[in-house]
Amino acid sequence: MRMEKKAAIRKILDRVSRVVFFLSTMAGVAALAILLYRIVSVGIGCLDWQFLTSFPSRFPDKAGILSALAGSVWVIGLTAPIAFVLGLGTAVYLEEYAKKNWFTRFLQVNINNLAGVPSIVFGILGLGLFVKGMMLGQVVLAGVLTMSLLILPIIVVASQEAIKSVPQHLRDASCALGATKWQTVKGVVIPAAFPGILTGVILALSRAVGETAPLVVVGALAFVSFVPISPLDSFTVLPIQIFNWTSRPQDEFRSLAAAGIIVLLIVLFATNTAAVWLRNKFQKRL
Amino acid sequence: MSISIAGERQEGKSANQSVAVKGKRRSFEFVLRFLLMLCAAVSIFTTAGIVFVLLFETMEFFQEVSLWSFLTDTKWTPLFVPKHFGILALLSGTFLITLGASLVALPFGFMTAIYLSEYAPDRIRRMLKPVLEILAGIPTIVYGYFALTFVTPMIRQIFPYAGVFNALSASIVVGIMILPMVASMSEDAMAAVPRSLRDGAYALGATKLEVAAKVVVPAALSGIVGSFVLALSRAIGETMIVAIAAGSTPKLTLNPLESVQTMTAYIVQVSQGDIQYGSIEYKTIFAVGMTLFLLTLAMNVIAQWITRRFKEKD
Repeated sequence: MRMEKKAAIRKILDRVSRVVFFLSTMAGVAALAILLYRIVSVGIGCLDWQFLTSFPSRFPDKAGILSALAGSVWVIGLTAPIAFVLGLGTAVYLEEYAKKNWFTRFLQVNINNLAGVPSIVFGILGLGLFVKGMMLGQVVLAGVLTMSLLILPIIVVASQEAIKSVPQHLRDASCALGATKWQTVKGVVIPAAFPGILTGVILALSRAVGETAPLVVVGALAFVSFVPISPLDSFTVLPIQIFNWTSRPQDEFRSLAAAGIIVLLIVLFATNTAAVWLRNKFQKRL
Repeated sequence: MSISIAGERQEGKSANQSVAVKGKRRSFEFVLRFLLMLCAAVSIFTTAGIVFVLLFETMEFFQEVSLWSFLTDTKWTPLFVPKHFGILALLSGTFLITLGASLVALPFGFMTAIYLSEYAPDRIRRMLKPVLEILAGIPTIVYGYFALTFVTPMIRQIFPYAGVFNALSASIVVGIMILPMVASMSEDAMAAVPRSLRDGAYALGATKLEVAAKVVVPAALSGIVGSFVLALSRAIGETMIVAIAAGSTPKLTLNPLESVQTMTAYIVQVSQGDIQYGSIEYKTIFAVGMTLFLLTLAMNVIAQWITRRFKEKD
Protein backbone atom coordinates (compact mmCIF):
# COMPACT_ATOMS: atom_id res chain seq x y z
CA MET A 1 0.00 0.00 0.00
CA ARG A 2 2.68 2.45 1.04
CA MET A 3 4.79 1.53 -1.97
CA GLU A 4 1.91 2.26 -4.29
CA LYS A 5 1.33 5.65 -2.73
CA LYS A 6 5.01 6.45 -3.10
CA ALA A 7 4.97 5.37 -6.73
CA ALA A 8 1.99 7.61 -7.40
CA ILE A 9 3.73 10.61 -5.84
CA ARG A 10 6.86 9.93 -7.87
CA LYS A 11 4.78 9.78 -11.02
CA ILE A 12 3.05 13.07 -10.26
CA LEU A 13 6.36 14.75 -9.47
CA ASP A 14 7.70 13.48 -12.77
CA ARG A 15 4.75 14.92 -14.70
CA VAL A 16 4.94 18.27 -12.90
CA SER A 17 8.66 18.57 -13.50
CA ARG A 18 8.21 17.88 -17.20
CA VAL A 19 5.78 20.79 -17.44
CA VAL A 20 8.03 23.11 -15.39
CA PHE A 21 11.08 22.34 -17.52
CA PHE A 22 9.09 22.80 -20.71
CA LEU A 23 7.66 26.14 -19.56
CA SER A 24 11.06 27.48 -18.54
CA THR A 25 12.39 26.57 -21.98
CA MET A 26 9.47 28.38 -23.54
CA ALA A 27 10.28 31.48 -21.45
CA GLY A 28 13.38 32.01 -23.57
CA VAL A 29 11.43 31.49 -26.77
CA ALA A 30 8.75 33.91 -25.58
CA ALA A 31 11.38 36.54 -24.74
CA LEU A 32 12.73 36.30 -28.28
CA ALA A 33 9.26 36.53 -29.80
CA ILE A 34 8.28 39.60 -27.74
CA LEU A 35 11.58 41.29 -28.48
CA LEU A 36 11.31 40.81 -32.24
CA TYR A 37 7.62 41.76 -32.30
CA ARG A 38 8.23 44.95 -30.33
CA ILE A 39 11.08 46.10 -32.53
CA VAL A 40 9.38 45.34 -35.82
CA SER A 41 6.06 46.91 -34.80
CA VAL A 42 7.73 50.12 -33.58
CA GLY A 43 10.40 50.43 -36.23
CA ILE A 44 8.74 49.36 -39.46
CA GLY A 45 6.96 52.71 -39.84
CA CYS A 46 10.24 54.62 -40.06
CA LEU A 47 11.92 52.20 -42.41
CA ASP A 48 11.88 53.62 -45.92
CA TRP A 49 14.26 54.60 -48.70
CA GLN A 50 14.75 58.05 -47.23
CA PHE A 51 15.85 56.50 -43.90
CA LEU A 52 18.46 54.39 -45.65
CA THR A 53 19.87 57.26 -47.72
CA SER A 54 19.89 60.18 -45.27
CA PHE A 55 22.43 61.36 -42.74
CA PRO A 56 21.56 61.72 -39.04
CA SER A 57 19.68 64.89 -38.20
CA ARG A 58 18.26 66.83 -35.27
CA PHE A 59 14.86 66.42 -36.89
CA PRO A 60 13.60 62.86 -36.51
CA ASP A 61 11.64 62.85 -39.76
CA LYS A 62 14.74 63.79 -41.78
CA ALA A 63 17.20 61.52 -39.99
CA GLY A 64 18.69 58.48 -41.66
CA ILE A 65 21.28 55.81 -41.25
CA LEU A 66 23.49 56.21 -44.32
CA SER A 67 26.72 57.20 -42.53
CA ALA A 68 26.31 54.41 -39.96
CA LEU A 69 25.65 51.81 -42.64
CA ALA A 70 28.69 52.98 -44.61
CA GLY A 71 30.79 52.95 -41.43
CA SER A 72 29.74 49.39 -40.62
CA VAL A 73 30.59 48.28 -44.17
CA TRP A 74 34.02 49.91 -43.87
CA VAL A 75 34.76 48.30 -40.51
CA ILE A 76 33.60 44.83 -41.53
CA GLY A 77 35.19 45.02 -44.97
CA LEU A 78 38.61 45.76 -43.49
CA THR A 79 38.30 43.62 -40.36
CA ALA A 80 37.40 40.49 -42.35
CA PRO A 81 40.68 40.05 -44.29
CA ILE A 82 42.91 41.01 -41.35
CA ALA A 83 41.20 38.73 -38.84
CA PHE A 84 40.90 35.91 -41.40
CA VAL A 85 44.60 35.86 -42.29
CA LEU A 86 45.79 36.18 -38.68
CA GLY A 87 43.24 33.68 -37.37
CA LEU A 88 43.87 31.04 -40.01
CA GLY A 89 47.63 31.53 -39.72
CA THR A 90 47.48 31.02 -35.95
CA ALA A 91 45.27 27.94 -36.26
CA VAL A 92 47.50 26.36 -38.93
CA TYR A 93 50.58 27.07 -36.86
CA LEU A 94 49.07 25.56 -33.71
CA GLU A 95 47.61 22.48 -35.38
CA GLU A 96 50.16 21.67 -38.10
CA TYR A 97 53.49 23.23 -37.22
CA ALA A 98 53.89 23.80 -33.50
CA LYS A 99 55.56 21.17 -31.38
CA LYS A 100 53.59 20.08 -28.36
CA ASN A 101 55.61 21.89 -25.73
CA TRP A 102 55.00 24.41 -22.97
CA PHE A 103 55.08 27.33 -25.40
CA THR A 104 52.27 25.87 -27.51
CA ARG A 105 50.22 25.16 -24.40
CA PHE A 106 50.83 28.74 -23.27
CA LEU A 107 49.62 30.03 -26.66
CA GLN A 108 46.49 27.93 -26.39
CA VAL A 109 45.66 29.00 -22.84
CA ASN A 110 46.29 32.59 -23.85
CA ILE A 111 43.86 32.37 -26.77
CA ASN A 112 41.18 30.73 -24.64
CA ASN A 113 41.53 33.47 -22.04
CA LEU A 114 41.40 36.24 -24.66
CA ALA A 115 38.06 34.84 -25.79
CA GLY A 116 36.72 35.54 -22.30
CA VAL A 117 37.99 39.12 -21.97
CA PRO A 118 35.05 41.60 -22.00
CA SER A 119 34.79 43.42 -25.31
CA ILE A 120 35.06 46.82 -23.66
CA VAL A 121 38.57 45.92 -22.47
CA PHE A 122 39.55 45.46 -26.11
CA GLY A 123 38.15 48.96 -26.63
CA ILE A 124 40.48 50.25 -23.91
CA LEU A 125 43.39 48.47 -25.61
CA GLY A 126 42.41 50.17 -28.88
CA LEU A 127 42.20 53.55 -27.17
CA GLY A 128 45.58 53.22 -25.47
CA LEU A 129 47.44 51.48 -28.30
CA PHE A 130 45.98 52.59 -31.63
CA VAL A 131 44.21 55.89 -30.95
CA LYS A 132 46.72 57.43 -28.55
CA GLY A 133 49.83 55.22 -28.70
CA MET A 134 50.14 55.05 -32.50
CA MET A 135 48.40 58.43 -32.80
CA LEU A 136 45.96 57.19 -35.38
CA GLY A 137 43.20 59.25 -33.79
CA GLN A 138 39.55 58.23 -33.68
CA VAL A 139 39.42 56.81 -37.19
CA VAL A 140 38.13 53.78 -39.09
CA LEU A 141 41.54 52.08 -39.01
CA ALA A 142 41.73 52.21 -35.19
CA GLY A 143 38.28 50.63 -35.00
CA VAL A 144 39.23 47.98 -37.54
CA LEU A 145 42.41 46.95 -35.71
CA THR A 146 40.53 46.78 -32.40
CA MET A 147 37.76 44.66 -33.91
CA SER A 148 40.28 42.34 -35.58
CA LEU A 149 41.95 41.59 -32.24
CA LEU A 150 38.53 41.16 -30.60
CA ILE A 151 37.28 38.48 -32.99
CA LEU A 152 40.66 36.81 -33.53
CA PRO A 153 40.22 34.22 -30.72
CA ILE A 154 36.82 33.14 -32.09
CA ILE A 155 38.27 32.57 -35.56
CA VAL A 156 41.32 30.75 -34.21
CA VAL A 157 39.28 28.34 -32.09
CA ALA A 158 36.78 27.60 -34.89
CA SER A 159 39.57 27.07 -37.46
CA GLN A 160 41.44 24.80 -35.06
CA GLU A 161 38.34 22.64 -34.64
CA ALA A 162 37.92 22.47 -38.42
CA ILE A 163 41.58 21.57 -39.01
CA LYS A 164 41.50 18.94 -36.25
CA SER A 165 38.58 17.20 -37.96
CA VAL A 166 40.54 16.65 -41.20
CA PRO A 167 41.43 12.91 -41.25
CA GLN A 168 45.14 12.20 -40.73
CA HIS A 169 45.29 9.79 -43.70
CA LEU A 170 44.71 12.66 -46.13
CA ARG A 171 47.87 14.35 -44.82
CA ASP A 172 49.80 11.07 -44.93
CA ALA A 173 48.78 10.45 -48.54
CA SER A 174 49.90 13.91 -49.54
CA CYS A 175 53.26 13.56 -47.80
CA ALA A 176 53.77 10.12 -49.31
CA LEU A 177 53.46 11.66 -52.75
CA GLY A 178 56.36 13.94 -51.88
CA ALA A 179 54.45 17.08 -51.02
CA THR A 180 56.11 19.38 -48.54
CA LYS A 181 54.43 20.41 -45.31
CA TRP A 182 53.12 23.65 -46.77
CA GLN A 183 51.91 21.96 -49.98
CA THR A 184 49.99 19.52 -47.82
CA VAL A 185 48.53 22.29 -45.71
CA LYS A 186 47.63 24.45 -48.70
CA GLY A 187 46.42 21.71 -51.02
CA VAL A 188 44.84 19.23 -48.61
CA VAL A 189 44.22 20.45 -45.08
CA ILE A 190 42.86 23.94 -45.70
CA PRO A 191 40.49 22.96 -48.54
CA ALA A 192 39.11 20.08 -46.45
CA ALA A 193 38.67 22.30 -43.40
CA PHE A 194 37.41 25.31 -45.34
CA PRO A 195 33.67 25.03 -44.68
CA GLY A 196 34.29 24.92 -40.94
CA ILE A 197 36.78 27.77 -41.09
CA LEU A 198 34.38 29.89 -43.11
CA THR A 199 31.54 29.32 -40.67
CA GLY A 200 33.75 30.42 -37.81
CA VAL A 201 34.90 33.53 -39.67
CA ILE A 202 31.38 34.61 -40.55
CA LEU A 203 30.04 33.99 -37.05
CA ALA A 204 32.92 36.07 -35.72
CA LEU A 205 32.16 38.84 -38.21
CA SER A 206 28.50 38.91 -37.27
CA ARG A 207 29.65 39.37 -33.69
CA ALA A 208 31.75 42.30 -34.90
CA VAL A 209 28.80 43.87 -36.74
CA GLY A 210 26.82 44.06 -33.51
CA GLU A 211 29.64 45.11 -31.14
CA THR A 212 29.12 48.57 -29.72
CA ALA A 213 31.12 49.05 -26.55
CA PRO A 214 34.68 48.75 -27.91
CA LEU A 215 33.97 51.24 -30.69
CA VAL A 216 32.44 53.73 -28.26
CA VAL A 217 35.68 53.61 -26.28
CA VAL A 218 37.86 53.79 -29.40
CA GLY A 219 35.89 56.91 -30.25
CA ALA A 220 33.50 56.29 -33.09
CA LEU A 221 31.41 59.45 -33.21
CA ALA A 222 27.69 59.60 -32.58
CA PHE A 223 26.98 62.26 -35.19
CA VAL A 224 28.61 61.78 -38.58
CA SER A 225 27.13 63.52 -41.59
CA PHE A 226 29.41 62.15 -44.28
CA VAL A 227 30.45 58.81 -45.69
CA PRO A 228 34.05 57.91 -44.76
CA ILE A 229 36.18 57.74 -47.92
CA SER A 230 39.44 56.48 -46.41
CA PRO A 231 40.44 54.36 -43.41
CA LEU A 232 41.78 57.51 -41.79
CA ASP A 233 38.40 59.28 -41.64
CA SER A 234 36.30 59.47 -38.52
CA PHE A 235 33.27 57.22 -38.54
CA THR A 236 30.24 55.78 -36.84
CA VAL A 237 28.64 52.33 -37.09
CA LEU A 238 25.09 50.98 -36.96
CA PRO A 239 25.04 49.95 -33.26
CA ILE A 240 26.44 53.31 -32.15
CA GLN A 241 23.84 55.21 -34.15
CA ILE A 242 21.17 53.02 -32.56
CA PHE A 243 22.68 53.66 -29.12
CA ASN A 244 22.58 57.40 -29.76
CA TRP A 245 18.93 57.35 -30.81
CA THR A 246 17.97 55.07 -27.91
CA SER A 247 19.57 57.42 -25.38
CA ARG A 248 17.35 60.34 -26.44
CA PRO A 249 14.14 60.73 -24.49
CA GLN A 250 11.84 61.58 -27.43
CA ASP A 251 9.67 58.79 -28.79
CA GLU A 252 10.41 59.74 -32.40
CA PHE A 253 14.08 58.93 -31.90
CA ARG A 254 13.19 55.66 -30.17
CA SER A 255 11.27 54.67 -33.30
CA LEU A 256 14.30 55.56 -35.41
CA ALA A 257 16.37 53.32 -33.12
CA ALA A 258 13.94 50.45 -33.74
CA ALA A 259 14.18 51.02 -37.49
CA GLY A 260 17.99 51.01 -37.16
CA ILE A 261 17.79 47.73 -35.26
CA ILE A 262 15.74 46.20 -38.08
CA VAL A 263 18.47 47.21 -40.55
CA LEU A 264 21.13 45.75 -38.22
CA LEU A 265 19.23 42.47 -37.82
CA ILE A 266 18.75 42.22 -41.59
CA VAL A 267 22.51 42.68 -42.09
CA LEU A 268 23.15 39.95 -39.50
CA PHE A 269 20.60 37.64 -41.05
CA ALA A 270 22.15 38.17 -44.48
CA THR A 271 25.67 37.36 -43.26
CA ASN A 272 24.45 34.21 -41.52
CA THR A 273 22.56 33.08 -44.60
CA ALA A 274 25.70 33.72 -46.64
CA ALA A 275 27.60 31.54 -44.19
CA VAL A 276 25.22 28.63 -44.62
CA TRP A 277 25.18 29.03 -48.41
CA LEU A 278 28.97 29.22 -48.72
CA ARG A 279 29.42 26.24 -46.44
CA ASN A 280 27.08 24.12 -48.52
CA LYS A 281 28.80 25.22 -51.71
CA PHE A 282 32.28 24.31 -50.51
CA GLN A 283 31.14 21.08 -48.94
CA LYS A 284 29.71 19.87 -52.22
CA ARG A 285 32.90 20.55 -54.11
CA LEU A 286 34.92 18.17 -51.95
CA MET B 1 43.48 18.18 -53.71
CA SER B 2 45.18 16.78 -56.80
CA ILE B 3 46.44 20.14 -58.10
CA SER B 4 49.48 20.52 -55.91
CA ILE B 5 50.63 16.98 -56.61
CA ALA B 6 50.36 17.34 -60.38
CA GLY B 7 52.65 20.37 -60.20
CA GLU B 8 55.38 18.38 -58.58
CA ARG B 9 55.50 15.56 -61.07
CA GLN B 10 56.91 17.88 -63.72
CA GLU B 11 59.69 19.01 -61.45
CA GLY B 12 61.69 15.82 -61.43
CA LYS B 13 63.06 16.24 -65.00
CA SER B 14 66.67 17.08 -64.35
CA ALA B 15 68.57 16.31 -61.20
CA ASN B 16 70.21 19.74 -60.97
CA GLN B 17 66.98 21.55 -61.32
CA SER B 18 65.47 19.37 -58.67
CA VAL B 19 68.21 20.17 -56.15
CA ALA B 20 67.79 23.89 -56.79
CA VAL B 21 64.04 23.61 -56.39
CA LYS B 22 64.47 21.66 -53.18
CA GLY B 23 66.74 24.33 -51.70
CA LYS B 24 64.34 27.05 -52.68
CA ARG B 25 61.46 25.07 -51.29
CA ARG B 26 63.21 24.53 -48.02
CA SER B 27 63.90 28.22 -47.49
CA PHE B 28 60.33 28.97 -48.55
CA GLU B 29 59.07 26.50 -45.93
CA PHE B 30 61.31 28.13 -43.36
CA VAL B 31 60.02 31.64 -44.12
CA LEU B 32 56.48 30.35 -44.07
CA ARG B 33 56.80 28.69 -40.71
CA PHE B 34 58.17 31.97 -39.41
CA LEU B 35 55.23 33.94 -40.84
CA LEU B 36 52.72 31.55 -39.29
CA MET B 37 54.48 31.88 -35.97
CA LEU B 38 54.15 35.64 -36.27
CA CYS B 39 50.38 35.23 -36.75
CA ALA B 40 50.25 33.14 -33.59
CA ALA B 41 52.36 35.70 -31.77
CA VAL B 42 49.74 38.39 -32.43
CA SER B 43 47.49 36.86 -29.80
CA ILE B 44 50.31 36.97 -27.26
CA PHE B 45 51.02 40.58 -28.18
CA THR B 46 47.32 41.29 -27.68
CA THR B 47 47.38 39.98 -24.14
CA ALA B 48 50.66 41.74 -23.47
CA GLY B 49 49.19 44.91 -25.00
CA ILE B 50 46.11 44.77 -22.79
CA VAL B 51 48.17 44.21 -19.65
CA PHE B 52 50.74 46.86 -20.57
CA VAL B 53 48.23 49.55 -21.56
CA LEU B 54 46.09 48.95 -18.47
CA LEU B 55 49.09 48.76 -16.14
CA PHE B 56 50.82 51.85 -17.53
CA GLU B 57 47.85 54.20 -17.22
CA THR B 58 46.68 52.65 -13.96
CA MET B 59 50.06 53.37 -12.40
CA GLU B 60 49.76 56.97 -13.55
CA PHE B 61 46.31 57.00 -11.98
CA PHE B 62 47.64 55.79 -8.66
CA GLN B 63 50.18 58.60 -8.58
CA GLU B 64 47.28 60.99 -8.18
CA VAL B 65 44.88 58.82 -6.20
CA SER B 66 45.96 56.55 -3.37
CA LEU B 67 45.21 52.85 -3.65
CA TRP B 68 43.69 53.02 -0.20
CA SER B 69 41.05 55.61 -1.11
CA PHE B 70 40.40 53.79 -4.41
CA LEU B 71 39.53 50.62 -2.47
CA THR B 72 37.76 52.11 0.55
CA ASP B 73 36.06 55.35 -0.53
CA THR B 74 32.35 54.74 -1.05
CA LYS B 75 31.76 57.53 -3.59
CA TRP B 76 32.70 57.59 -7.26
CA THR B 77 32.50 61.12 -8.69
CA PRO B 78 35.51 61.72 -10.97
CA LEU B 79 33.51 64.06 -13.21
CA PHE B 80 32.41 66.48 -10.48
CA VAL B 81 34.01 68.49 -7.69
CA PRO B 82 34.75 67.27 -5.05
CA LYS B 83 36.20 64.29 -6.87
CA HIS B 84 35.93 60.89 -5.22
CA PHE B 85 37.49 57.71 -6.58
CA GLY B 86 35.92 54.86 -4.64
CA ILE B 87 35.66 51.80 -6.90
CA LEU B 88 33.25 50.20 -4.37
CA ALA B 89 30.39 52.31 -5.72
CA LEU B 90 30.93 50.90 -9.23
CA LEU B 91 31.65 47.39 -7.95
CA SER B 92 28.38 47.36 -6.02
CA GLY B 93 26.46 48.34 -9.18
CA THR B 94 28.19 45.57 -11.11
CA PHE B 95 27.49 43.13 -8.30
CA LEU B 96 23.80 44.04 -8.11
CA ILE B 97 23.29 43.63 -11.87
CA THR B 98 25.22 40.35 -11.93
CA LEU B 99 23.25 38.99 -9.00
CA GLY B 100 19.94 39.90 -10.62
CA ALA B 101 21.00 38.49 -13.99
CA SER B 102 22.06 35.21 -12.41
CA LEU B 103 18.71 34.89 -10.63
CA VAL B 104 17.11 34.97 -14.08
CA ALA B 105 19.65 33.10 -16.18
CA LEU B 106 20.86 30.30 -13.91
CA PRO B 107 17.52 28.63 -13.00
CA PHE B 108 15.95 29.13 -16.42
CA GLY B 109 19.12 28.18 -18.28
CA PHE B 110 19.60 25.12 -16.10
CA MET B 111 16.01 23.92 -16.54
CA THR B 112 16.16 24.59 -20.27
CA ALA B 113 19.29 22.45 -20.44
CA ILE B 114 17.58 19.59 -18.57
CA TYR B 115 14.53 19.82 -20.81
CA LEU B 116 16.61 19.82 -23.99
CA SER B 117 18.92 17.03 -22.92
CA GLU B 118 16.51 14.70 -21.06
CA TYR B 119 12.91 15.42 -21.98
CA ALA B 120 12.56 17.01 -25.41
CA PRO B 121 11.73 14.74 -28.34
CA ASP B 122 14.25 15.02 -31.18
CA ARG B 123 11.88 17.01 -33.37
CA ILE B 124 11.30 19.73 -30.75
CA ARG B 125 14.99 19.80 -29.84
CA ARG B 126 15.89 20.51 -33.44
CA MET B 127 13.41 23.41 -33.44
CA LEU B 128 14.49 24.89 -30.10
CA LYS B 129 18.27 24.82 -30.50
CA PRO B 130 18.30 27.37 -33.37
CA VAL B 131 15.99 29.64 -31.36
CA LEU B 132 18.54 29.67 -28.53
CA GLU B 133 21.31 30.31 -31.04
CA ILE B 134 19.43 33.32 -32.41
CA LEU B 135 18.90 34.58 -28.87
CA ALA B 136 22.65 34.24 -28.27
CA GLY B 137 23.49 36.04 -31.53
CA ILE B 138 21.40 39.16 -30.98
CA PRO B 139 23.65 42.21 -30.46
CA THR B 140 23.60 43.57 -26.92
CA ILE B 141 22.56 47.02 -28.14
CA VAL B 142 19.27 45.45 -29.23
CA TYR B 143 18.79 44.00 -25.74
CA GLY B 144 19.52 47.44 -24.32
CA TYR B 145 16.81 49.01 -26.45
CA PHE B 146 14.42 46.24 -25.36
CA ALA B 147 15.23 46.85 -21.68
CA LEU B 148 14.62 50.58 -21.83
CA THR B 149 11.52 50.63 -24.03
CA PHE B 150 9.73 47.47 -22.93
CA VAL B 151 10.94 46.02 -19.63
CA THR B 152 11.37 49.35 -17.82
CA PRO B 153 7.84 50.66 -18.54
CA MET B 154 6.46 47.31 -17.40
CA ILE B 155 8.42 47.48 -14.15
CA ARG B 156 7.26 51.05 -13.56
CA GLN B 157 3.67 49.94 -13.89
CA ILE B 158 4.15 47.38 -11.16
CA PHE B 159 6.40 49.57 -8.97
CA PRO B 160 5.40 53.18 -9.71
CA TYR B 161 8.27 54.60 -7.66
CA ALA B 162 10.93 52.83 -9.75
CA GLY B 163 13.22 55.16 -11.72
CA VAL B 164 13.36 55.50 -15.51
CA PHE B 165 16.79 53.97 -15.14
CA ASN B 166 16.84 51.08 -12.69
CA ALA B 167 18.97 48.05 -11.94
CA LEU B 168 16.06 45.61 -12.12
CA SER B 169 15.31 46.15 -15.80
CA ALA B 170 18.98 45.86 -16.76
CA SER B 171 19.40 42.72 -14.60
CA ILE B 172 16.45 40.93 -16.14
CA VAL B 173 17.61 41.65 -19.67
CA VAL B 174 21.25 40.78 -18.97
CA GLY B 175 19.83 37.54 -17.58
CA ILE B 176 17.94 36.89 -20.82
CA MET B 177 21.13 37.62 -22.74
CA ILE B 178 23.29 35.09 -20.87
CA LEU B 179 20.54 32.45 -20.61
CA PRO B 180 21.36 30.74 -23.94
CA MET B 181 24.99 30.45 -22.88
CA VAL B 182 24.08 28.69 -19.62
CA ALA B 183 21.57 26.47 -21.44
CA SER B 184 23.81 25.35 -24.28
CA MET B 185 26.96 24.81 -22.19
CA SER B 186 25.06 22.91 -19.48
CA GLU B 187 23.31 20.86 -22.12
CA ASP B 188 26.66 19.95 -23.69
CA ALA B 189 27.83 18.74 -20.28
CA MET B 190 24.65 16.68 -19.77
CA ALA B 191 24.81 15.22 -23.26
CA ALA B 192 28.32 13.96 -22.49
CA VAL B 193 27.02 11.74 -19.66
CA PRO B 194 27.16 8.15 -20.95
CA ARG B 195 23.88 6.60 -22.05
CA SER B 196 24.61 3.50 -19.94
CA LEU B 197 24.31 5.43 -16.66
CA ARG B 198 20.81 6.55 -17.59
CA ASP B 199 19.83 3.08 -18.75
CA GLY B 200 21.02 1.62 -15.46
CA ALA B 201 18.81 4.00 -13.49
CA TYR B 202 15.79 3.39 -15.74
CA ALA B 203 16.27 -0.37 -15.32
CA LEU B 204 15.97 0.14 -11.55
CA GLY B 205 12.61 1.82 -12.12
CA ALA B 206 13.62 5.49 -11.82
CA THR B 207 11.41 8.16 -13.34
CA LYS B 208 12.74 10.76 -15.80
CA LEU B 209 13.01 13.35 -13.04
CA GLU B 210 14.96 10.97 -10.82
CA VAL B 211 17.33 10.10 -13.63
CA ALA B 212 17.87 13.79 -14.38
CA ALA B 213 18.27 14.89 -10.76
CA LYS B 214 20.17 11.93 -9.33
CA VAL B 215 22.23 10.64 -12.25
CA VAL B 216 22.68 13.14 -15.06
CA VAL B 217 23.08 16.39 -13.11
CA PRO B 218 25.59 14.98 -10.57
CA ALA B 219 27.62 13.42 -13.37
CA ALA B 220 27.61 16.66 -15.38
CA LEU B 221 28.05 18.93 -12.36
CA SER B 222 31.49 20.26 -13.25
CA GLY B 223 30.37 21.37 -16.69
CA ILE B 224 27.20 22.92 -15.31
CA VAL B 225 28.98 24.88 -12.58
CA GLY B 226 31.64 25.91 -15.11
CA SER B 227 28.93 27.31 -17.37
CA PHE B 228 27.43 29.23 -14.43
CA VAL B 229 30.73 30.89 -13.60
CA LEU B 230 31.43 31.77 -17.23
CA ALA B 231 27.95 33.25 -17.57
CA LEU B 232 28.52 35.40 -14.49
CA SER B 233 31.79 36.60 -15.96
CA ARG B 234 29.89 37.56 -19.14
CA ALA B 235 27.34 39.46 -17.04
CA ILE B 236 30.11 41.39 -15.28
CA GLY B 237 31.62 42.41 -18.62
CA GLU B 238 28.30 43.22 -20.29
CA THR B 239 28.21 46.85 -21.30
CA MET B 240 25.50 48.20 -23.56
CA ILE B 241 22.43 46.90 -21.69
CA VAL B 242 23.57 48.45 -18.42
CA ALA B 243 24.79 51.63 -20.09
CA ILE B 244 21.32 52.15 -21.58
CA ALA B 245 18.98 50.84 -18.89
CA ALA B 246 20.72 51.00 -15.51
CA GLY B 247 21.57 54.68 -15.55
CA SER B 248 24.69 56.53 -14.48
CA THR B 249 24.45 57.00 -10.72
CA PRO B 250 27.23 55.10 -8.95
CA LYS B 251 26.11 54.24 -5.45
CA LEU B 252 26.24 51.57 -2.79
CA THR B 253 22.77 50.07 -2.83
CA LEU B 254 21.03 46.75 -2.99
CA ASN B 255 17.70 48.24 -4.04
CA PRO B 256 17.08 47.03 -7.60
CA LEU B 257 14.57 49.80 -8.32
CA GLU B 258 17.22 52.50 -8.05
CA SER B 259 19.56 53.72 -10.72
CA VAL B 260 23.10 52.38 -10.38
CA GLN B 261 26.26 52.43 -12.49
CA THR B 262 28.47 49.49 -13.35
CA MET B 263 32.17 49.60 -14.17
CA THR B 264 31.44 49.03 -17.86
CA ALA B 265 28.73 51.69 -17.99
CA TYR B 266 31.11 54.19 -16.42
CA ILE B 267 33.73 53.53 -19.09
CA VAL B 268 31.12 54.11 -21.80
CA GLN B 269 29.90 57.31 -20.13
CA VAL B 270 33.39 58.80 -19.93
CA SER B 271 34.31 57.70 -23.46
CA GLN B 272 31.29 59.44 -24.91
CA GLY B 273 32.35 62.83 -23.58
CA ASP B 274 35.28 64.87 -24.80
CA ILE B 275 38.09 63.80 -22.53
CA GLN B 276 41.53 65.28 -22.46
CA TYR B 277 44.37 62.84 -23.08
CA GLY B 278 46.34 62.44 -19.86
CA SER B 279 43.67 63.97 -17.62
CA ILE B 280 42.53 62.17 -14.49
CA GLU B 281 39.20 61.33 -16.18
CA TYR B 282 41.15 59.65 -18.99
CA LYS B 283 43.17 57.64 -16.48
CA THR B 284 40.08 56.44 -14.61
CA ILE B 285 39.07 54.51 -17.75
CA PHE B 286 42.17 52.40 -17.36
CA ALA B 287 41.95 51.98 -13.60
CA VAL B 288 38.34 50.80 -13.88
CA GLY B 289 39.24 48.68 -16.93
CA MET B 290 42.05 47.04 -14.96
CA THR B 291 39.64 46.14 -12.14
CA LEU B 292 37.17 44.73 -14.65
CA PHE B 293 39.89 42.77 -16.47
CA LEU B 294 41.25 41.21 -13.27
CA LEU B 295 37.78 40.30 -12.03
CA THR B 296 36.67 38.58 -15.26
CA LEU B 297 40.06 36.92 -15.72
CA ALA B 298 39.83 35.43 -12.23
CA MET B 299 36.33 34.11 -12.91
CA ASN B 300 37.33 32.60 -16.26
CA VAL B 301 40.31 30.87 -14.67
CA ILE B 302 38.06 29.54 -11.89
CA ALA B 303 35.56 28.24 -14.47
CA GLN B 304 38.31 26.42 -16.39
CA TRP B 305 39.70 25.03 -13.16
CA ILE B 306 36.32 23.68 -12.04
CA THR B 307 35.63 22.08 -15.40
CA ARG B 308 39.04 20.44 -15.56
CA ARG B 309 39.34 19.36 -11.94
CA PHE B 310 36.06 17.50 -11.79
CA LYS B 311 36.53 15.95 -15.19
CA GLU B 312 39.60 14.11 -13.97
CA LYS B 313 37.63 12.45 -11.19
CA ASP B 314 35.13 10.58 -13.34
